Amino acid sequence: MTELIPVTSRKDWMSDQEVRWCPGCGDYSILAAVQLLMPDLGITREDTVFVSGIGCAARFPYYINTYGLHSIHGRAPAIATGLAMSRPDLHVFVVTGDGDALSIGGNHLIHALRRNINITILMFNNQIYGLTKGQYSPTSELGKVTKSTPFGSLDHPFNPLSLAIGAEASFVARTHDMDRAHMLETFRRAYEHQGASFVEVFQNCNVFNDHAFEGVTAKAVREEMLIPLRHGEPVRFGTDGGKGVVIDAQRGAHIVDVDAVGLDTLLVHDEARTDPSVSFMLSRLARGPYEPTPIGVFRAVDRLEYSAEVSRQIAEAQAPAGPGRLEDLLHSGTTWTVD
Amino acid sequence: MPDIAEHTGPEVATERLDRVVIRFAGDSGDGMQLTGDRFTDASALFGNDLATLPDFPAEIRAPAGTLAGVSAFQVHISDHDITTPGDAPNVLVAMNPAALRNEVSRLEGGGTLIVNEDAFGERNLTKAGYTANPLDDGSLDGYTLYRVPMSSLTLRAVEELGVKPRDAERSKNLFALGLVSWMYTRPVEETLRWIETKFSQKPQVRDANLAAFKAGHAFGETAELFDHPYAVDPAPRRPGTYTNITGNTALTWGLLAASQCSHLPLFLGSYPITPASDILHELSKHKRFGVRTLQAEDEIAGIGAAIGAAYGGSLGVTTTSGPGMALKAEAMGLAVSLELPLLIVDIQRGGPSTGLPTKTEAADLLTAYYGRHGESPLPIVAAYSPSDCFWAALEAARIAIKYRTPVILLSDGYLANGSEPWLLPAVKDLPDLSTTFATSPNHTTESGEEVFWPYLRDPDTLARAWALPGTPGLMHRIGGLEKEDGSGNISYDAENHARMVHLRAAKIAGIAADIPEVMVSGDVEDAEVLIVGWGSTWGAIDGAVNRVRNQGRRVASTHLTHLNPFPRNLGEVLRRYPKVLVPEMNLGQLSRLLRAEFLVDAGSVTNMRGVPFTAGELEEAILDYLSSPRHGNEGIR
Ligand code: SF4
Repeated sequence: MTELIPVTSRKDWMSDQEVRWCPGCGDYSILAAVQLLMPDLGITREDTVFVSGIGCAARFPYYINTYGLHSIHGRAPAIATGLAMSRPDLHVFVVTGDGDALSIGGNHLIHALRRNINITILMFNNQIYGLTKGQYSPTSELGKVTKSTPFGSLDHPFNPLSLAIGAEASFVARTHDMDRAHMLETFRRAYEHQGASFVEVFQNCNVFNDHAFEGVTAKAVREEMLIPLRHGEPVRFGTDGGKGVVIDAQRGAHIVDVDAVGLDTLLVHDEARTDPSVSFMLSRLARGPYEPTPIGVFRAVDRLEYSAEVSRQIAEAQAPAGPGRLEDLLHSGTTWTVD
Repeated sequence: MPDIAEHTGPEVATERLDRVVIRFAGDSGDGMQLTGDRFTDASALFGNDLATLPDFPAEIRAPAGTLAGVSAFQVHISDHDITTPGDAPNVLVAMNPAALRNEVSRLEGGGTLIVNEDAFGERNLTKAGYTANPLDDGSLDGYTLYRVPMSSLTLRAVEELGVKPRDAERSKNLFALGLVSWMYTRPVEETLRWIETKFSQKPQVRDANLAAFKAGHAFGETAELFDHPYAVDPAPRRPGTYTNITGNTALTWGLLAASQCSHLPLFLGSYPITPASDILHELSKHKRFGVRTLQAEDEIAGIGAAIGAAYGGSLGVTTTSGPGMALKAEAMGLAVSLELPLLIVDIQRGGPSTGLPTKTEAADLLTAYYGRHGESPLPIVAAYSPSDCFWAALEAARIAIKYRTPVILLSDGYLANGSEPWLLPAVKDLPDLSTTFATSPNHTTESGEEVFWPYLRDPDTLARAWALPGTPGLMHRIGGLEKEDGSGNISYDAENHARMVHLRAAKIAGIAADIPEVMVSGDVEDAEVLIVGWGSTWGAIDGAVNRVRNQGRRVASTHLTHLNPFPRNLGEVLRRYPKVLVPEMNLGQLSRLLRAEFLVDAGSVTNMRGVPFTAGELEEAILDYLSSPRHGNEGIR
């Protein structure tokens, strides 16, 4: 029996709270994309929960008319794990930022991913700490001058997708705040995936790190600088698809002129490949958002989903003789009776 | 089994004892915990009252034969009600020189000392730091020493089974068990049956253990080393069905019972830590009860997942010990702010830092009180005996669910691993802990709109409305930022913050009306001193108070199971007596709280040695305190 899902519009998914990001912040366009997508997912608002940690991105749950939990710094994946494990009937989203997910909450992120619990993690990467007013983040580039690094950052940055793929996440994707259609499609895929999905969203913080991704996301350069990944198709980009990606034993993944090597040599994207090494190589293709950067779904593989497995074990334990009885439990050790 | 039964006929003269304390000590690899457990179970089945104290090292296998590797198990059995594992053992079984050296000073003067003579070779003596063999040099003259070649007798007993000597020697603990079982006329059938079931998959080990146990038993009666066996009669007990239970098992069952009684599914988020891990292990077995357990990536994720589950309508639990309490502090603050039911179980151990992981201590009381930033009060419940851990878990859950608040449940290493007979409750008599969730809007806005306000409170309990995800129309957003009174929306308003701080405090303080008043026992009317205890000191305090009263002094005692809020009559009770003394396994944390809260001159007896108070040392402390002119309430009144 399929439940009837009432038809909703974007407005139904907007909460009554005033949105308080800085004017011009990339978060607005991500929020709009999510609110636009939700009515199309065939789910109800009451069965949807947004969980977040701390940071600008973490205010997201207040603005969307579902159940929402704004928790503490870095812990959203852990809290969402408990919720998704105990309530497999819910649709659990985690909204996080680069500091929240990769710095203070790095441990929870990798474990949620390897455990493959059914949550959808949207990580807004703006390569800066916004809410605490402009310190460098774990994704800030080496040498970045910020309030806490007046002489330039000495920290080698994380590549979020490499990290997620290294943790053997079953769904890994990247999109950016300047392309609504791409966000909608990527978020939809992430939601539909059974297991933990990880989406990095390039997000502009116009106050503390303006133009961080402009080198690849600005309309004028996109064609040359973004490499769209499409399952089953050769990886190519640029004017008339003139450039492409090949993998060879010596140099790993690298960019070539299609004319020079021929179309057949190009890597054909296979997001369902169980072995994560090719998607890992793709995640290493750009050293930062100033080199041609792949976007789209890097990896989407089938793997046992954690909460379903937990439910299965419970069902199997109950199958032979039904649920446990307290009376039996109390008498399960050695007992003796005094008259 | 008749080969044993037929030798224990009525013609054997036995001497009756009202109680005996036996301590088994050996190398970590010698199976002393198992030996003690079996002796305990046999005694429990026989009907004795009993209390146990396992005492093992933090290292899984310290180098064999060294002092660091000594593992001991003390059991006190009696024909009457007892509350402690006993002060000085009457009998010490030492399986090697290290065990002897570590433990012999505990043995009562003239006590019975049984040693595995075979283990007293030069190498083992050196490892234990002996320069001369203590069995020969007269240093043990103050004890009744029995030298039993346990290893070689065991080897001989299993010879014909074809067991390799190395493996055969492993059964010597069962030889010791057989011998002590004969000495104290324990019924043997249950132990034999246990060996058969436990080792049914390994027939050779099973047969070797059976042979060793029987050989130890037979040795007792035929060797003419011992004059006669002893008997400790069953203790009179209330009718009913009993089981012998450790604190951690009782606590686990209490959680399962709380889940059943509240109709909330149980969720445990936990990270392995001594001495709390057994709760994770035990709960993980009970999938039939629909329990979901998560061995999280760290302590923070353990409580985080429990909070997530609580938000979804589960009875969320996290279990830990001291170091984990520190790590969970921020998340506890979130739970205080979210006002969701949650149980935080702290099985205390020696601190600070890694401290003494396998030794007991109760020094987390102030952490439980104050170990979060901001004004973040939460209720604290403490168990006082192994079986009470069951009831304490139920009570903690009752408060958590009814008041929508995290509750800290304190136990400790001694209660966790110690055991005692427990009169099983009837399931139908367990309390109903069911709660109601919001299903419809609870507030009308000025514009006439029907809305759900998650922070609208029940006027009696001040508990907030709880709507579960999945409930249509009640979607709402909550978090760790300060919330507007009622609506739960983010509010930075100063007056609102002050109101919310007071509301959260008032909610917890108000629980005092819903918990039992403290009961005073002993010389209620005219005691010279009131002893105030909490946690696992109960048994020792009970024993000490009886002893001091038997000497003609007037003593009263009370034991707190609710530490926050305090029972409503506590202040009045404390002021009733000229002196107040608080024994604690810390440097005086409760006494400090009592002084601060009630302005009474509460004295303090402390013990930081990693082992529980004995009744004897508390007896001495009480007498000392009574004779000291320095303390008392008079000056304050
Ligand atoms: S600080 Fe940056 S990320 Fe935060 S709201 Fe402002 S623009 Fe957006």
